[in-house]
Parts: sequence; structure tokens; C-alpha cells
Amino acid sequence: MNIYDIIFYLFTAVTLLSAFFVVSTRNIVRAAFFLLFTFFGVSGIYVLLGADFVAIVQLIVYVGGILILMIFGVMITNKITEVEIKTGTIHTLPAAIGVGLFTGMVGAVILDTDWKQVSTVMPVSTLSALGNLLLNEYVLIFELLGILLLIALIGAASMARK
Amino acid sequence: MEVTLTHFLIVSTLLFCLGIYGIVTRKNAIMVLMGIELILNASNINFIAFSRFGNFGLQGQLFALFVIVLAAAEAAIALAIVLNVYKTFVNVNVDEIDALRD
Repeated sequence: MNIYDIIFYLFTAVTLLSAFFVVSTRNIVRAAFFLLFTFFGVSGIYVLLGADFVAIVQLIVYVGGILILMIFGVMITNKITEVEIKTGTIHTLPAAIGVGLFTGMVGAVILDTDWKQVSTVMPVSTLSALGNLLLNEYVLIFELLGILLLIALIGAASMARK
Repeated sequence: MEVTLTHFLIVSTLLFCLGIYGIVTRKNAIMVLMGIELILNASNINFIAFSRFGNFGLQGQLFALFVIVLAAAEAAIALAIVLNVYKTFVNVNVDEIDALRD
């Protein structure tokens, strides 16, 4: 077991444990902070897979943007005067059984499949290669995503302003 | 045991199932959104793992970037909707919101 494997298991433990707490704790603010650790762990897994730029984007967009937005949502839609911000749960047992069966099924399929693996050597910095792909082959999707973000911004602002 | 593609796929499966569990069992709409974010992260791990082990070049990473952009747009719109629901119904529990007009 080399250092790569140890780091992989470390990040996996952080990701899965905090994701488990996200779906099991009853306090919404605590769940939001555990989600922070999940995003950090996933970002570490991206780095282990050689995707440095995607890991940085994950940190900037998820931790810096989406999570802050969610904490704002929690604070606005709950009465702050109450000390405990709780959420209820429904159908816990059937959901656990169903999700457990699904996990077992997909896990068995993954373990059973003989994956064809070609271990490609990632470039040290994926930045220039990603930029070339983004502005040559995928430039249409790039522009469409820009328009989509503009529409989402205007829509969210006009919906929340009423 | 050396870390291979299977390890990453198992991790993303577990993350996906935790997200499904969160979506199904939580009452608060914002907690449902958090479950959706977990699912999107699981799909991103799959994209990047196949980009690393599947000899596709960098296209998997590019699609992970697209997924992150869509997640940002989705979170902004969904939270605006949640704020409007809160103004109308005074709570955001998804099992009590059953009227489209007031």
C-alpha cells in the first residue's frame, strides 16, 4: 500500500462520512457544514485522478458559491430566533431498505464487470489542454452555458424580488 | 490493495445512494437540494474517473466542468423558488406544499 492509496482512503473516508452526516443529522446548519467537508473530500479525489483544474473549480464554485447560497436559504426560510433549526424526516425505513438494495445491486454489477482500463498519464497541468478543447471543439456548448448562466441569473433575481 | 477504477466507481455509487436517501427522506426543501448536490458530485467522480482510466483524453473532465456550471444555475433557481414558496406557505416542507395557487 503506497502513499497514493493511503491518501485515497483518507479522502474517501472524509467524503463518505460527512455525506452520511449530511443525510442523517437533523440540524440543517450542521448538515450544510458537513456538506462543506464532502465537497473538500470530492475535490481531493479529483486531484488524485489528475484533474487539478476541476478540483479548483469545485472548491470555488461549490464551497464559495453554492454552499453560501444554501446557508443563506436556510437562514432566510427558518425563524432565526429559534436556537435549533431542525428538519423532519419521513419514510426512513423504506427508503433505507430501497437504497440499500440499490447500492448492493449497483455495487455487485461494478465489482462483477471486467473494466477495460487504460491508465493514461495526465499532463501535469490540464489547464491549457482543457482551454484548447473548450474553445475549439466545444465552443458551442461553452457559449450556450454562458447564455444559460445569464438566463438563470436574471430568472433567479426576478423571481426572488417579487 | 492498489487503487483502481473500481474503487472510484464504488465511492461514487455510495455517494449517489446517500444523495438518493437524503432526497427521499428529508422534509425541508433545502435538504432535498443538498441531496441533489451529492448526486451531481457522484456523477462528476464517475466522469473524471473514466477520463483518467478510459483513454478518452480530457473530455470527461470537460463534462465535469459543464455539470458544475449546471449545478450552479440549478442552485440559484431552486433557492429563488424556495424563497417564493416560503413567502406563500410560511414553511418549506415538501410534504405540506400541495397547492399550485393560493
